[in-house]
Amino acid sequence: MSLRIVVTVKYVPDATGDRHFADDLTVDRDDVDGLLSELDEYAVEQALQISENSDDDVEITVLTVGPEDAKDALRKALSMGADKAIHVEDDDLHGTDAIGTSLVLAKAVEKAGYDLVISGMASTDGTMGVLPALLAERLGVPQVTLLSEVSVEDGTVKGRRDGDAASEQLEASLPAVVSVTDQSGEARYPSFKGIMAAKKKPVQSWDLSDLDIEAEEVGLEGAWTKVEDASARPARTAGTIVKDEGEGGKQLAEYLASQKFI
Amino acid sequence: MAEVLVYVDHVDGAVRKPTLELLTLARRIGEPVAVALGAGAENTAAALAEHGAVKVLTHDASEYADYLVVPKVDALQAAVAAVSPAAVLVPSSAEGKEIAARLALRIGSGIITDAVDLEAGDEGPVATQSVFAASFTTKSRIAKGTPVITVKPNSAAVEAAPAAGAVEALAVTFSAQATGTKVTGRTARESTGRPELTEAAIVVSGGRGVNGAENFAIIEALADSLGAAVGASRAAVDAGWYPHTNQVGQTGKSVSPQLYIANGISGAIQHRAGMQTSKTIVAVNKDAEAPIFDLVDYGIVGDLFDVVPQLTEEIKTRKG
Repeated sequence: MSLRIVVTVKYVPDATGDRHFADDLTVDRDDVDGLLSELDEYAVEQALQISENSDDDVEITVLTVGPEDAKDALRKALSMGADKAIHVEDDDLHGTDAIGTSLVLAKAVEKAGYDLVISGMASTDGTMGVLPALLAERLGVPQVTLLSEVSVEDGTVKGRRDGDAASEQLEASLPAVVSVTDQSGEARYPSFKGIMAAKKKPVQSWDLSDLDIEAEEVGLEGAWTKVEDASARPARTAGTIVKDEGEGGKQLAEYLASQKFI
Repeated sequence: MAEVLVYVDHVDGAVRKPTLELLTLARRIGEPVAVALGAGAENTAAALAEHGAVKVLTHDASEYADYLVVPKVDALQAAVAAVSPAAVLVPSSAEGKEIAARLALRIGSGIITDAVDLEAGDEGPVATQSVFAASFTTKSRIAKGTPVITVKPNSAAVEAAPAAGAVEALAVTFSAQATGTKVTGRTARESTGRPELTEAAIVVSGGRGVNGAENFAIIEALADSLGAAVGASRAAVDAGWYPHTNQVGQTGKSVSPQLYIANGISGAIQHRAGMQTSKTIVAVNKDAEAPIFDLVDYGIVGDLFDVVPQLTEEIKTRKG
């Protein structure tokens, strides 16, 4: 038996950098350093753990859609232990929205071949959290999403989804799309050996023609959602800062009362 | 007037507040038609009618509880086919966003998630979003199909607007995918008696400075004196001091209350992403250089173990 896992990852602008928009209202990627979305590290980690706990032959492919620099995100995942990588890169992809991205990912996942797709719960830039559901819908396979615990055995994926009202145990047959939360288990750091090994691992590049996708279906022109305006939030006016000299709690109560919260 | 579908988030017929907020927003762009699914769906009608629903489409089947997400997508798709709405509004919960996404794809429409405001526009509804850790505000619209928009809690004040709220049975045929992901067990979360974090008008949070699970009692006591929800920073959750369901921030919940009180929280970008849109922000922190003080309307530089209990006592005294 063998198990083919595809982990979808995103190369995102560093949240600690000064993120802003370009003139066409897409995210400006030139001015801020990019990196593998932190939440996707959990997806890579769970793929590795499934592999380590399995008697089957497990092959882990890490997949991203993004500009040239997105290779850095793939290298990080490879250095953690993924086996190979696929980079979908095409100038016509600039400005693609979530619906369009799900099309590209679905076609790429199908071309790569898969039994299980694992994603992070959301990207750390757009934070929509809809890609795993969209991917499951496109692929016509079960979505087993927002898991804080995941396991795979005998062609079945099981997991725990912690919601507001309840914690649910979920189960589905493979093939399936899974997404994992940051509660699923600390992601490992790449070892020196892992980093060296990653340099030799294959990274395949595909463009839109490899996936039979027309340029009009994706990109800014093909987007189903239009951003019409983006403006920096006005800086907050400087607040009152008081040093506690024994009466801090009372002073704060006075402030809250003045604002009618008490 | 065009009809606008509103997906109803309810627990056994008790409608949750974000849905009532959606009805208020829906009235800006058309006539709200509510869709309530699962056990107790019909019991939602009175509350929905009181807040502007002209019609309430209901359907109950065991599939809604026994399988994940897809049965609800099937039902909402049936409602779209029945009503041909001008837009579909869904509360921005984790599940709400998944339902909305799959629906949008099926009906050939774009999707906007986590809107914080909504208004009518010449080319359809315009949604305001708060992005990049709330450092930018964007306005967007759907370019293709029936707009599907998820809206964050606390994005509008709930307004009563009595309407007919006529209950109609929705005919639903489940798709082949509906039974793909089985819910094999469910453990209800124990109620703390406090308001739900994302819906609360006041949130009191604790971070690294709380320094231990047992010390969260101080934070809870302050929250209870204000009728507030309790939040926690990622550092506090990762240390095991408070449950993940209470985590405020980029990888937890995003809150937008009237008042946010941060205790022992430095204010890293990841935390700010989850609370920066709060109307009034207050912080208590020992470190005068903590970035949280850049955000506050009122800050106390001091030891939370001195300040917070004193504040709680003073609130209790004032409330008599």
